[in-house]
Amino acid sequence: MNRAIVPLALFLALAGLFWFVLGKMNEGEYNPRDVPTQFIGRSAPEFTLPDLFDPTQTVRPSDMAGKVWLLNVFGTWCPECWKEHEYLLHLARNEGVPIIGVNWRDEAEEAKAMITRLGNPFLKIAFDPNSNAAIDWGVYGAPETFLIDAQGMVREKHTGAVNPQAWDEKFKPYFDAPGGKS
Amino acid sequence: MRRLATVILGLLLTVGAHARVEVHTFDTPQHEARYNKLIAELRCLVCQNQNLADSNAELAVDLRRKTYEMVNQNMSEKEIADYMVDRYGEFVLYRPPLNRETLLLWTGPFVILLIGVSLLIRTIRRRRAQQGVNVDAAKLQAAASLLDSDPDKRDA
Repeated sequence: MNRAIVPLALFLALAGLFWFVLGKMNEGEYNPRDVPTQFIGRSAPEFTLPDLFDPTQTVRPSDMAGKVWLLNVFGTWCPECWKEHEYLLHLARNEGVPIIGVNWRDEAEEAKAMITRLGNPFLKIAFDPNSNAAIDWGVYGAPETFLIDAQGMVREKHTGAVNPQAWDEKFKPYFDAPGGKS
Repeated sequence: MRRLATVILGLLLTVGAHARVEVHTFDTPQHEARYNKLIAELRCLVCQNQNLADSNAELAVDLRRKTYEMVNQNMSEKEIADYMVDRYGEFVLYRPPLNRETLLLWTGPFVILLIGVSLLIRTIRRRRAQQGVNVDAAKLQAAASLLDSDPDKRDA
């Protein structure tokens, strides 16, 4: 009987640990595959990319200097991006959030069709079929959303679809404070 | 014999399972070696247990292309690794540097080995103490007389 106590205790401890961690994963509070971004508190990497709808125009992060804004990386091949689109529209239309889109690793025609069908929450959409901006921003999946403050610093990043919780906890405070939270 | 042949054939099928399909031309053999070393040591962030060389994920394809471009611009191995770490963190390196955050990662296996060895030594010592040495005098006597009757000794 005594011999069984140590292995039993070990088993129960492990089972409890798995229960706890898997629960956190289910609730979306913990993602073991998450790669912490290196960009918080750094200045936003600059890129110059053609505009999706008008390739003669360019889109650059520095165009947004002086504003608090969101950079949203999306692609038509990413299901979560379709899911979050409605919420992005809500943010742009009802909350007045300036959002710049980066259409990543996509066909221009498919991307345009998606925006035409779902509506356009973006001020501008940069077209990045070759991952130039995506790699420079350390993006490894879509959607990813960055918050850039008025000084051009990256302040927050959200991996996965933007939802009310992510908006309230991560992004909203920067838009509430006058001139952005610092 | 037949079974052996099957096993050998099966083993032959397992080699060369790299996902790389792009054909690159390099200015120098050094560049090629640098490229191959880097894509073997950089992690694909999508399929996190594979390096860039082994992964067919689109991100891995992109990062291989980026690596190739940087190698061709004659950037050193360290510069390219730094570029990746700058963007994706030290997690991108399959061989992370030894620092405070990775101390446990590097020393952990040795600590566990030490614990294992000390446990083993303790167990062996305990067993030995339990068994003890209980050889009775009569048997010792018999052994001694056997040794004394060693034929070589008698001849000498």
